[in-house]
Amino acid sequence: MDPHIRFHRVSVHYGEHAALKELSLEVPRRQILGIIGPAKSGKTTLLKCINRTIDFDVGARVTGQILVGGEDVYRMRNVYALRRRVGMVFPLPVGLPLSVYDNVAYAPRSMGIRNRAELDALVEQCLRQAMLWDEVKDRLDLLGTRLSGGQQQRLTLARALSLRPEILCLDEFSIAIDPVTTMKIEDILRELKNQMTIVLVTNLVQQARRLADRTAFMNAGHLVEVDETERLFEHPSNRMTERYVNGDFG
Amino acid sequence: MRKTPDAADDRNAAAHPSGEQLFRPSTYERSKARRQATARWVFLGMTLVLVLPVFAIVGYMVIQAWPVLSFSFLWENPQNRMTAGGVWAPLVGTFCLVFFSLLFAAPIGVLAGIYLNEYARDNWLTRAVNLAVMNLAGVPSIVHGLFGFGAFVLFAGMGKSVLAAACTLAVMTLPVIITSTREALGAVPMAFRQACWNLGASRWHTVRTIVLPNSISGILTGVIFEVSRAAGETAPILFTGAVYYVKVADHGWEAFFPYGPTDRCMALSMHLFTLATQASGVPESLQYGTAVVLMALILAVNGLSIGLRSYLRSRKRW
Amino acid sequence: MSDPASVPPASGPPRISRAADPVDTTLPNARSRGARGWVRWAERLMEGLIYLCGWSAILFVLAIFFFVFIEAAPLAVQGFDFVEFFTSVNWRPTSNVRPQFGTLALLIGSLSVTGLAMLLAVPLGLGAAVYISEFATGKTKEVLKIVVELLAAIPSVVWGFIGMMVLGPIIIRFTGTPVGVNLLNGSVILALMSVPIIVSIAEDALKAVPDSYREAALSLGASQWEVVYRVLFPAAKNGLLAAVLLGVGRAIGETMAVLMVTGHAIQIPRSLLDPIRTLTATIAAELGETVQGDTHFRALFLIGLVLFALTFVVNLAADLIVKGIRHEKNA
Repeated sequence: MDPHIRFHRVSVHYGEHAALKELSLEVPRRQILGIIGPAKSGKTTLLKCINRTIDFDVGARVTGQILVGGEDVYRMRNVYALRRRVGMVFPLPVGLPLSVYDNVAYAPRSMGIRNRAELDALVEQCLRQAMLWDEVKDRLDLLGTRLSGGQQQRLTLARALSLRPEILCLDEFSIAIDPVTTMKIEDILRELKNQMTIVLVTNLVQQARRLADRTAFMNAGHLVEVDETERLFEHPSNRMTERYVNGDFG
Repeated sequence: MRKTPDAADDRNAAAHPSGEQLFRPSTYERSKARRQATARWVFLGMTLVLVLPVFAIVGYMVIQAWPVLSFSFLWENPQNRMTAGGVWAPLVGTFCLVFFSLLFAAPIGVLAGIYLNEYARDNWLTRAVNLAVMNLAGVPSIVHGLFGFGAFVLFAGMGKSVLAAACTLAVMTLPVIITSTREALGAVPMAFRQACWNLGASRWHTVRTIVLPNSISGILTGVIFEVSRAAGETAPILFTGAVYYVKVADHGWEAFFPYGPTDRCMALSMHLFTLATQASGVPESLQYGTAVVLMALILAVNGLSIGLRSYLRSRKRW
Repeated sequence: MSDPASVPPASGPPRISRAADPVDTTLPNARSRGARGWVRWAERLMEGLIYLCGWSAILFVLAIFFFVFIEAAPLAVQGFDFVEFFTSVNWRPTSNVRPQFGTLALLIGSLSVTGLAMLLAVPLGLGAAVYISEFATGKTKEVLKIVVELLAAIPSVVWGFIGMMVLGPIIIRFTGTPVGVNLLNGSVILALMSVPIIVSIAEDALKAVPDSYREAALSLGASQWEVVYRVLFPAAKNGLLAAVLLGVGRAIGETMAVLMVTGHAIQIPRSLLDPIRTLTATIAAELGETVQGDTHFRALFLIGLVLFALTFVVNLAADLIVKGIRHEKNA
């Protein structure tokens, strides 16, 4: 099967500094790809390249080819359509200053879906998928910014799911939330991987081990090694990988 | 910073044995505390020197204006070569000028503020725009008047008119609207925008649905503040459309809308200026009355702006 | 499956990042494509308007310069004596014998009233800013800040009126001069007018100094006052300097108040109680009397040009100083 996302010798430079160096990586469909590595290894930059939000970074220069579903992302006519196919969850939970309902309905509405019944169904479905429905179903008009961190993170997830993306990217989603919510979201991801491709960037090595089918180890902008998760952890071919997964650094 | 113990400290130590002596202030510390208190009073004094005289002056002016202050003062037109009557015509003139200038300045200013905060990249063009805004804000009001005369009265052929004066005021109030819009937009956290962009929303869609609604109040505060400034300015309208006297109807429909866009108009600020410097035989209470009305108008509008700002702060949505 | 190595990298130069509005931005493929088509155009129109308005600031500044310049420019070909303009103290534009257009006395008038006003306004303004920023708390602070804002809102013509009707008689009473409108009156009024801008910008500058500086100094045993002059002033000195410069810029450009309270004598002041005339007041007082297009008219526009240049320089200096801070911070 052809990979869902492919990086072909991608480099990203901010002025002199290279955040990604000639990175080549394939992300297979309907799997969870974990990306681990110490800080400043380029993991977040890699995610930004997938949906071209790297464009918003001042001074970022991207070379190489990034293919999503076989298409070069920089040759696509409609970058917004690309972004709607890729859901993104950030490290810091963000609730938009709208009601919970409007938070989840934001993206569908911006696409022109106005039918109230349709939106109601969509909002409920996404909130259920994000395991947030029970907590907010009676308070859908609550301001999104007033939710707790864990709730806001699930709200972000629900927003991301509202457009039924093919790809879901998560960037260290658990660093600012409580362990209970983290576990809930991990369960959600296990279910979601049947429907979409998931790219999970994490600084928690064990989280990758728990969730990812394949894991990639990055360091200082390079892709050091990528392999099936168990093989990467048990028998890494690269010395640095071994040191990292054993907690020697990072 | 603590100096070595001196004789005073030894006396202290003898008088207060054990732990207490640790916390007794030394001579050094006491003099430092005195200097600190003195400094505090000095600064307070400076602040009061600024603030109190103004209260005194305003109070004095109200007292001097008392004989003429009444509702009819506001409703009546000036009579008898300005030596009697009220300030209706100039008041309406000021409203007209401010209204039209806002009509021109607010949309351009807000959009320019949106440009600077949401669209402008970090390059020379942006720096030039920022510099231009800053300099626009610093241009002396009389130079605005000269510009208005040359550009609107002469070049654009508007002649001395409400329109020309309003355009001149618009250019003058533009930079502050731009700056306050930009600040209001800047107060909206970047995280919101990023969340929207990642959902596939375009920049304008994000601005329209999330950023603007959450900063409209800050923008309004700035706009209202500019309204008060425009109402008080004299130099820009001296040669572009304001005149000392124009025949204005006393009653009826025309009393409410006495000035068309091509007419010259009276204005409160200009009225005060002429009353004080050029008109003869004008009773002092009338002059004070005009000044008080102008000040009250401006302070009221400013108060509105300040009140709006406090109200917003209490209603923050994040 | 194609070998990754054989897929050629994208042709052309390295893709320079652009902001996320590529030329062919099409709106979301929405459900009903046709009905949303107009939204795409509306959005492009809107963004075009935004860009235009953004650039308009430059347009307006250039226009101001242009329209003032264009009225003064003909002087260059009419044999106007520019040397006299800049160096002579004789401003006699309406003389029947020989009109003279020397602005030196006017310039000195502007500078002296501004200088004296700053002498009063800067210490008072900085002092008040320090008090409001460092010593005042809670309600007092709020009230003081509001009072300063309202002070700033009082229009120029009202200040002039106050100077004429209130301060003038006070000056006459206490010094015995015959006329109360003079350099002293102008300086005091201008000082009161400039203080609010100095206070608000200085306060911003002080607020920008991180609390960690204050906490570090206090924990070393400094009193609040010592924190102010040992830590805050040096740390905020650029912002404070910018505040003063902007106050100066405002004072030089002030028109109506000085017109009303500095008197009408075009002379170099020898004492505080001499009446003077500033550049701004001259334009305001005389433009109405001139014939459009004659030398007097154009000379007044030339004065306007000088004023524009003066305030441009002052504002540029203030801006560069503020940028200097940013450079230091990033270095």
